[in-house]
Amino acid sequence: MRAEVGSVVELAKNKRNLKRQNTIQIFGYALVWLCGILAMAVVFWIVGYVLSQGLQVINLDFLTTRPAGGVSGEGGMSTTIVTTLYLVILTLVIATPLGIGAAIYLVEYAGDALRGSKIIDFLVKASRSSVEILAGVPSIIFGLFGFALFVSYMKLGFSLLSASLSGAALVLPTIIRTSEEALLTVPRSYREGSLSLGATKWYTIFNVVLPTALPGIVTGIVLSVGRIIAETAIFWVTLGGSYHLPKSIMNSGRSMALHVYMLASETRAFDKAMGTAAILIITIILLNLVINILSRRLTSRLTGLK
Amino acid sequence: MADRNNHYKFEVENLEVNYGDFRALKDINLQIKANAITSIIGPSGCGKSTFLRAFNRMNDLIPNVTTNGKINKDANDIRKMDIVDLRKSVGMIFQRPNPFPKSIFDNVAYGPRAHGLKSMTELNDIVERSLRQSVLWDEVKDDLTKSALALSGGQQQRLCIARALAVEPDVLLMDEPASSLDPISTLKIEELLQELKIDFTILIVTHNMQQAARSSDFTAFINMDEDRAGYLVECGETSKVFTYPEEKLTEDYISGRFG
Repeated sequence: MRAEVGSVVELAKNKRNLKRQNTIQIFGYALVWLCGILAMAVVFWIVGYVLSQGLQVINLDFLTTRPAGGVSGEGGMSTTIVTTLYLVILTLVIATPLGIGAAIYLVEYAGDALRGSKIIDFLVKASRSSVEILAGVPSIIFGLFGFALFVSYMKLGFSLLSASLSGAALVLPTIIRTSEEALLTVPRSYREGSLSLGATKWYTIFNVVLPTALPGIVTGIVLSVGRIIAETAIFWVTLGGSYHLPKSIMNSGRSMALHVYMLASETRAFDKAMGTAAILIITIILLNLVINILSRRLTSRLTGLK
Repeated sequence: MADRNNHYKFEVENLEVNYGDFRALKDINLQIKANAITSIIGPSGCGKSTFLRAFNRMNDLIPNVTTNGKINKDANDIRKMDIVDLRKSVGMIFQRPNPFPKSIFDNVAYGPRAHGLKSMTELNDIVERSLRQSVLWDEVKDDLTKSALALSGGQQQRLCIARALAVEPDVLLMDEPASSLDPISTLKIEELLQELKIDFTILIVTHNMQQAARSSDFTAFINMDEDRAGYLVECGETSKVFTYPEEKLTEDYISGRFG
């Protein structure tokens, strides 16, 4: 009898406890949702503002005429689109092989080197931590470096080449790190399987390891593309700012981001700066979509699973 | 080849393997009969896998591993052989099926391609022959372009066997090939072993006593001493090792008293 009374009291207690837990849970949910909605609201606000302001000046004319220069900021943005494209391609041509090569060395070969001399061991560790440090260096530092080395010392001047070399230095840490991570996720058993068939290490890397790591590597490259499109300061001091279309890699030019900066700071054409900014944002959003689709496609092609 | 049933495929002399300062295997001396299944049994951590990986020099891939002593394959010191030739002739099947994330065809054709074969007609022949040998052909012949990762675990393991067979080895090393498979798949693999031993010398590491007793011709029992270094307790015909073991230790292990 006594035990029963006890258990009834216990039950009521439990019920109250449960109720309190539930209230806390609902409160927690609300808080998390609020944070999420706020974060998204900020993004939508910025993007929405730029787009609503920018889309007013965007038309086919704006996209296809070249900037006219001058304080009034007449003209469109055609050359800046093409220059951005040139810049992206040239930078990737320089940075991608270097970055993937470095990542392959760090993941596949540096381990073997560790068995060797202490000096190599030290160099490998130093290069790994310098990649980490470089990834956190502000872009204007890369710009100043590029200006000092490529523009003045090597006398390449304000040019696509100087800008691409500096841009490559900027995105190299990103490419190395994402490629390194992608290579590290390739199971050891794939390498062992390939080597046990008598394949050489080189063959193994190119036929099993790299294809498996491809989605991750591609993500790193596309992220770098976004970075090159968006960076301003570094190209301000290496690319110059000419609104003419570069005829060779030794010519100066103006990327879209640079165009936004120059229109906003040096002309009265703030609306056109907004227009260019809108195109810039649309490009970045499209790029992100491309990353998603591409890496999903690659992964499903590799694994054969949907 | 006339004496193929009477000659030793491998002769192991004073084999010793160290991981840095840690001695994993010591004083191993034994012979492996050609065209037979030799199972290697022993408690966890005694160095069975390390022993198996000495035969195709996979241990060389691990930093700090040193191997002393000698393994002769057909009277040739494997350390003097070209590593590509050695691994071509000594196939390996791993504990977990490890097909590449490629199509079934590309998996099987991987080895021949790595050795420079480009002719599609020859590759087609090799892929079909290897898949038939590993008794997977009937299950996959309709779509060889399907990803290997979409196969079941047992099918994947048979695919890995086909992949190893495609480079025409004469030895197969198997590291607990059925430990991650269900009973039916395990049975299929065991049946397959019996067919394969006609043409191949098979070394199989296993934790499963029944499997060793059922499917192998010879059994080697490795135990570890107080320093955790593996040593060979005894090696002989499976029927003898399992019924009249020479060592008390073997009897204790087989009857499940330790390990």
